[in-house]
Amino acid sequence: MAIRRQLKEQWMRVFFFCFALASILILSMIVVFLFMEGLPIFSKVSVKDFLLGIYWYPTSDPPDFGILPLIIASLSVTFFSALLSIPLGVMTAVYLAEIAGRRLREVIKPIVELLAALPSVVIGFFGMVVVSPFLQDFFGLSTGLNLFNAALMLAFMSIPTICSLSEDAIYSVPVELKEASLALGATHLETIFRVILPASISGIATAVILGMSRAIGETMVVLMVAGGAAMIPTSIFDPVRPLPASIAAEMAEAPFRGDHYYALFATGIVLFFFTFLFNILADYISHKYRQVGAATL
Amino acid sequence: MDAGPKMTIKNLNFYYGNFQALYDISLDIFPNQVTAFIGPSGCGKSTFLRCMNRMNDLISVSRVEGEILLDEKNIYDPAVDVVTLRSRIGMVFQKPNPFPKSIFENVAYGLRVNGIKDKTFIINRVEETLKQAALWDEVEDRLNDSALSLSGGQQQRLCIARALAVRPEVLLMDEPASALDPIATQKIEELIQQLKQSLTIIIVTHNMQQAARVSDITAFFYLGKLIEIDETDMLFTRPQLRQTEDYITGRFG
Repeated sequence: MAIRRQLKEQWMRVFFFCFALASILILSMIVVFLFMEGLPIFSKVSVKDFLLGIYWYPTSDPPDFGILPLIIASLSVTFFSALLSIPLGVMTAVYLAEIAGRRLREVIKPIVELLAALPSVVIGFFGMVVVSPFLQDFFGLSTGLNLFNAALMLAFMSIPTICSLSEDAIYSVPVELKEASLALGATHLETIFRVILPASISGIATAVILGMSRAIGETMVVLMVAGGAAMIPTSIFDPVRPLPASIAAEMAEAPFRGDHYYALFATGIVLFFFTFLFNILADYISHKYRQVGAATL
Repeated sequence: MDAGPKMTIKNLNFYYGNFQALYDISLDIFPNQVTAFIGPSGCGKSTFLRCMNRMNDLISVSRVEGEILLDEKNIYDPAVDVVTLRSRIGMVFQKPNPFPKSIFENVAYGLRVNGIKDKTFIINRVEETLKQAALWDEVEDRLNDSALSLSGGQQQRLCIARALAVRPEVLLMDEPASALDPIATQKIEELIQQLKQSLTIIIVTHNMQQAARVSDITAFFYLGKLIEIDETDMLFTRPQLRQTEDYITGRFG
């Protein structure tokens, strides 16, 4: 009987190991595939010319494979969306965790989390149909599909992530710390800024980076509202073509295993590095500045 | 007891929602004395302590009736600024709860939130206070280290220093040694004896030996009521009531 139970135990171990191995293998094979299909372009274009070239004309003759305009588009769209989403997301989180009453919090928190479930195509559609004509009229632009619109829509997408994760971090600051501060004659506001936010900064930073990593990798929204011009923008109302939008728009028409095809995969590698970097950073921050606060006895 | 009372509590009733936690409590707290509140868990002694610096205000469903006078002024008067009040009545909690900041910043915190900007003043006050809390010798060369690197007993003395830095007139201590080992506890108790020269101390404890060792006056609470209050020597040797005697001799609670 005991032997049978041990056998079963070992069998279960193998079973779970296989499943874990399968998912890891599949993911790493995708990464290998990405590199296999992307690296050949560098026999035609140097890495430097690819990353720093300012002309992206993949179908001209001869073609130009410079993705700097796409990189700048991705970074600037992410940057401007962060300018909006960080203050809005974090302040909403502070409001929910510290200022709103418990009932209000219980209603609003799930709503914010539900917003994160909005399909990105819906947000993109909203940007196209509502925001774009508004921007065009209001600022007198030739097109409302531009960097600003994309940044705005991406901010809408990352606010729920930033808000929800920051709120968790702020809410989990031990009540003892808050009481200690209040008992010393600090006001609620002083307590929030001097004790609660510093104590939850690692969680907030992680939330911000995850929100931004979501924004930089987001495809559908930028494809729909960024305007699609592969040029280095000179104002926030210029149309741009972020990395994922470029891949999604061109992949279908790029000849299989042609230079354009390889260049798009190489663009994918660059994008992968960006999101990878964001995730490593998030991981590093959340480990280095672990939530501290409760006394350690 | 020649001086008048530092604090006077008059007919205090306290409610959490519909639950009445304290019943009609009246007592006096005298300056430069240690007053101990004892009683079994859930008897309301901590709740009572937290009424005295209005920490219970944080609980939205709580309600207070009656008066708590500090220097003859009701601290529940609507005109009283609760922030100023709390810098006059300091508090030390059951579990050491230093901020995740440096040792120096922990002590300086109360000064900073009370608007003091003069750096030399802050540095001097921090040193002075850490000496007062008998912690200076152990931390003087590591003031910039995280407070969380200290041992539990050191953390608790740091919390006492933090409370003392704003020079409170009254210090409330909510079972300050219950999470500490005997040696750390002894240090806290010695500290309490030192501190009562300069301020009024109220300590909640479930440890009767501790109450007997450190306090001048002891009040016994049971089920939200003040059962008996007397000079500590009297209460522990000749309690007036049967209930008190049963509790201090360990027959219940």
